[in-house]
Amino acid sequence: MVEFALPKNSKITGGKTWPKPAGATDVREFRVYRWNPDDGKNPSVDTYYVDTQDCGPMVLDGLIWIKNHIDPSLTFRRSCREGVCGSCAMNIDGQNTLACTRSMHDVKDGAVKINPLPHQPVVKDLVPDLTNFYAQYASVEPWLKTTSPTPQKEWKQSHEDREKLDGLYECILCACCSTSCPSYWWNSERYLGPAALLQANRWVSDSRDEATGERLDDLEDPFRLYRCHTIMNCAKACPKGLNPAEAIAELKLKMVERQI
Amino acid sequence: MSFDESHGSPKRSSMRTPLGRVRNLGAAHSGTSDFWRQRITGVAMTLLMIPVIVIVMMLLGRNQAGAAQILGSLPIAVILLLFIFASAWHMKIGMQVVIEDYIHNEKLKLISIMLNNFFSIAVALASTYAILKLSSGV
Repeated sequence: MVEFALPKNSKITGGKTWPKPAGATDVREFRVYRWNPDDGKNPSVDTYYVDTQDCGPMVLDGLIWIKNHIDPSLTFRRSCREGVCGSCAMNIDGQNTLACTRSMHDVKDGAVKINPLPHQPVVKDLVPDLTNFYAQYASVEPWLKTTSPTPQKEWKQSHEDREKLDGLYECILCACCSTSCPSYWWNSERYLGPAALLQANRWVSDSRDEATGERLDDLEDPFRLYRCHTIMNCAKACPKGLNPAEAIAELKLKMVERQI
Repeated sequence: MSFDESHGSPKRSSMRTPLGRVRNLGAAHSGTSDFWRQRITGVAMTLLMIPVIVIVMMLLGRNQAGAAQILGSLPIAVILLLFIFASAWHMKIGMQVVIEDYIHNEKLKLISIMLNNFFSIAVALASTYAILKLSSGV
């Protein structure tokens, strides 16, 4: 059976409460998941107080402030800080999202609770191991595949065909959708997950691609594709406003279309 | 691939590359038929639901002779048989999805799927037999 309970070494224990910053007039409580692979202890949740007058408005600003002013050992990924790179994906107040585009003022009810993306192995603190996720992306062969002779200039595409890629090409592979999907939690080793399937549909929908049939062949599997039960957590979680569930439904429609 | 622990570098059962693990045995090239049949049987049950409810209400409070008289009508017997056929098939596919979702032990999964098939066929055949028996006035 699938494992519904946390393994023994994943059970969260009480964490450290760090002192409030001296002289701060407006502080916000942050409760952050901590786990260090080197100390052999179970994960814990540390409490920090961020001086909101001294940092930007986003959750990522708060985390960077904590790292700079309170606890340099706090570990998380971040890069572009404007919702383009997808590095700072994490679970904030129960929702997978990007720390750089989620305002701490949008988090109601007191403390800002931050955990790593769910159901992935943790490397350290808020850093999940996304090896399997990236391998699944690679498995859909996300590049143009053609057999016709390469044209002198570019592979042409009409405006109408190009529009079909809208809502698909914008995916930044942050993994918010896949790690919010219960089907992916239970079967991540066989189900490709919303992100990889959205990317698969991006190439299946590309009018320039000449391997559409082979791509659909590779996806036609009770687990790779049909583990999607239209739960829609993916669409709710996507910080870019995309709808992976719809992309998966389009793939299923194409599968039926070529059989009937 | 199995993660032996949730924290730290996952201990994997082999030294295969991540891509090798994802590709594994390749695509089964099946699943679309079950997906499509689940939709067909779902739509069929929706359409048949109201006539079936009406028939069941007609049968309420009647003895066997009364039930046999109602089921002796060809359209009524056909509607009930279609409903049994669609719902048993829908049940079989739906239950298989649940088994595949949650049972990861391969042996247990195969046995469960087999029992699910047997159970669905048995329910469908028993129901069909009952309807045919009553509709033939026996």
